[in-house]
Amino acid sequence: MATEILMPALSPTMEEGTLAKWLKKEGDSVASGDVLAEIETDKATMEFEAVDEGILGKILIEEGSEGVKVNTPIAVMIEEGESADDIEAASSGGGGEAQAADEPPAEKGEGENSKDETGETPSAVAEVKTPAPDRTPDWPEGTKVKSQTVREALRDAMAEEMRRDDTVFLMGEEVGEYQGAYKISQGLLDEFGPRRIVDTPISEHGFTGIGVGAAFGGLRPIVEFMTFNFAMQAMDQIINSAAKTLYMSGGQMGAPMVFRGPNGAAARVGAQHSQDYAAWYSSVPGLKVVMPYSAADAKGLLKTAIRDPNPVIFLENEILYGRSFDVPELEDFTIPFGKARVARDGKDVTIVSFGIGMAHSLEAADKLSEQGIEAEVIDLRTLRPLDYGTVIESVKKTNRMVTVEEGFPVGSIGNHLSAYVMENAFDYLDAPVINCAGKDVPMPYAANLERHALITSDEVVEAVKKVTYK
Amino acid sequence: MARKPAATKSDTSQSSSRTSSGSRTAAKRAAPNVSKDELLQYYRDMLLIRRFEEKAGQLYGMGLIGGFCHLYIGQEAVVVGLEAAAEEGDKRITSYRDHGHMLACGMDPNGVMAELTGREGGYSKGKGGSMHMFSKEKHFYGGHGIVAAQVPLGAGLAFADKYLDNKRVTFTYFGDGAANQGQVYETYNMAELWDLPVVFVIENNQYAMGTSVKRSTKSTTLFGRGEAFGIPGEQVDGMDVLAVKEAGEKAVAHCRAGKGPYILEIMTYRYRGHSMSDPAKYRTREEVQKMREERDPIEGIRAMLLQGKHASEEDLKAIDKEIKDVVNKSAEFAKESPEPAHEELWTDIYADVAPQEEA
Repeated sequence: MATEILMPALSPTMEEGTLAKWLKKEGDSVASGDVLAEIETDKATMEFEAVDEGILGKILIEEGSEGVKVNTPIAVMIEEGESADDIEAASSGGGGEAQAADEPPAEKGEGENSKDETGETPSAVAEVKTPAPDRTPDWPEGTKVKSQTVREALRDAMAEEMRRDDTVFLMGEEVGEYQGAYKISQGLLDEFGPRRIVDTPISEHGFTGIGVGAAFGGLRPIVEFMTFNFAMQAMDQIINSAAKTLYMSGGQMGAPMVFRGPNGAAARVGAQHSQDYAAWYSSVPGLKVVMPYSAADAKGLLKTAIRDPNPVIFLENEILYGRSFDVPELEDFTIPFGKARVARDGKDVTIVSFGIGMAHSLEAADKLSEQGIEAEVIDLRTLRPLDYGTVIESVKKTNRMVTVEEGFPVGSIGNHLSAYVMENAFDYLDAPVINCAGKDVPMPYAANLERHALITSDEVVEAVKKVTYK
Repeated sequence: MARKPAATKSDTSQSSSRTSSGSRTAAKRAAPNVSKDELLQYYRDMLLIRRFEEKAGQLYGMGLIGGFCHLYIGQEAVVVGLEAAAEEGDKRITSYRDHGHMLACGMDPNGVMAELTGREGGYSKGKGGSMHMFSKEKHFYGGHGIVAAQVPLGAGLAFADKYLDNKRVTFTYFGDGAANQGQVYETYNMAELWDLPVVFVIENNQYAMGTSVKRSTKSTTLFGRGEAFGIPGEQVDGMDVLAVKEAGEKAVAHCRAGKGPYILEIMTYRYRGHSMSDPAKYRTREEVQKMREERDPIEGIRAMLLQGKHASEEDLKAIDKEIKDVVNKSAEFAKESPEPAHEELWTDIYADVAPQEEA
């Protein structure tokens, strides 16, 4: 049966090309793999190979022709025993292949793509509906609490979850015999042994990939980075492998795991050890991002993170490790993701922060209170999912917002929240939102310069005064 | 254990192929342990990949398949040989040149082709495409688009198997190009340190996109790099499915015995370009043609079947037709399967969140 040979698409973007040269003549026998013609695209000259064997019956497009559209019939192949006379039948739409040429499937595809069943063009932006905030307390009133450091709370969270689920394990540099570079995993090797507390060589890219693979394989890894600065070596595995696989596999498999470690500036460790990655990770669909401030949040959220069926980025802070907070004495204390905490009620301004930014925000709120300004301070706790409801409700009450974070100012969480509030509560704002963030510089080493680079409670006070016009 | 190759890469696979009579290596082998049924199965499996890939190339040319499309033509003996060495429950993971691996492990050609056309009936509901496909059921863990990223992932699968003590082995495939990525060596180190049951399969097709092995490294072998980490390995003729199977069995036995990883450097050759948009100016047409004529893995088995009187020309023709039908059906399915519903844009981002909440 005679079949048409169509002008091929030879690159992802090719729509037309030049048929530069025919390497076979009419009447030539052709085997699979033989080069039929040379075709010039905008990028290169490509050899066009035959797929089936047969005889080149007729050339429809002469060599040297420019602007030949993809899927245009360029020649007709015939089989042994057929003559070129059979070609008429093929080009008049008799054969299956010829039909495909009459109605190029690619175009059909595009047509279907451009509108859905309702005839509307799909919108790139999903309709936003801010959910109502959940203001239930994190633990029941009257629950006994104990004072615990963030460090102890994190360790307890891991130990409790490892006792509960044998597939949970911890891997990272110095997590075992050294008892943790920052002593977060102190005592865990003794209790759980080297099968579940795995010391790795200094190979962030490699061990992160192994962790993600273990999650694909049915385990619940906790990958500790000595600091998140080092996780940049493993960024590809975190983003391309962990965050995207569930989507790319159509829901078949994903990476239920936790990446955790200290994030942001410590003290005098310079530019390469002092970056806050909150905004980076929060920009990636497929990841959940947690950045606790208090010990109770550290514990309750880490337990939730370990149980979550998705990859979770858990951003800790070295300076906070040693600080003590009240932690409820409950057998199984967890905090759900996507629920901000109103750390302080106020009516004059909304301060939104997370992580160590909360320390500056609360300090600023105390100073402001002395000056007669009552700030409402919201601790976001999780950045993905983000509790927009609590933020919007507060802004509707105070009509003013200041965001506080340690990270770089460009493309920050504050930038995102400002845009969100502008879109969803514009009429409630009495002043432009101000984003307090780290300065737009690599972290300097000199003590005085480092102080200038970081946010301070005084800067927060100043910003609040600006938005309250005081 | 490790043996030294006879010569440099491209020479090895060609020179070892030639005999004085000009017959193929596979045809030359006595292969007393291979049954007729096995030979026919390998022929069938390799032919399915060949025809499937040719059809994919056609559909690409027609604009039905978009983006990147990396064909496996020429390398069929690698996956078919290794699958013959695998047991139920063993895992496999590879790069973006993945269609052959999926067909070889028993995934449905319809689902694979429909993923290539980006349709609802595809393995990833049309959301992954040629380079990103998975099957939990067949223990196929992708389909990864970043060169060498699958290497630590594969070791991680093996880590999970060892942790769960389930005696499974993971085949982690990567190319000669990926062999120059740093994460491969981080992974070698940990895999051997922790005795992970993983077979590292280097599919050395001699070209990393357009860069030949000789232009990218002075190492004479790629498997030999495992020595630095204490990982044994060997070079295998990847145009001979029986040689691949034999080497695979040895590697799997090593892993299953708890002795840690093993490296197979399988010397193979891709007939087509790196992707569909490859002008292939980095090698001569004669080089490709020579490989096709003298070393083709399917022709090799075909000759064995005929010479051993295991099958007649007619028998093989019947198989050819059967395979062609399967492939044509997959193409029809891939054309007719609808595009994914608009709502699919918002599903499968998080495992525990309903689509409307995600949006």
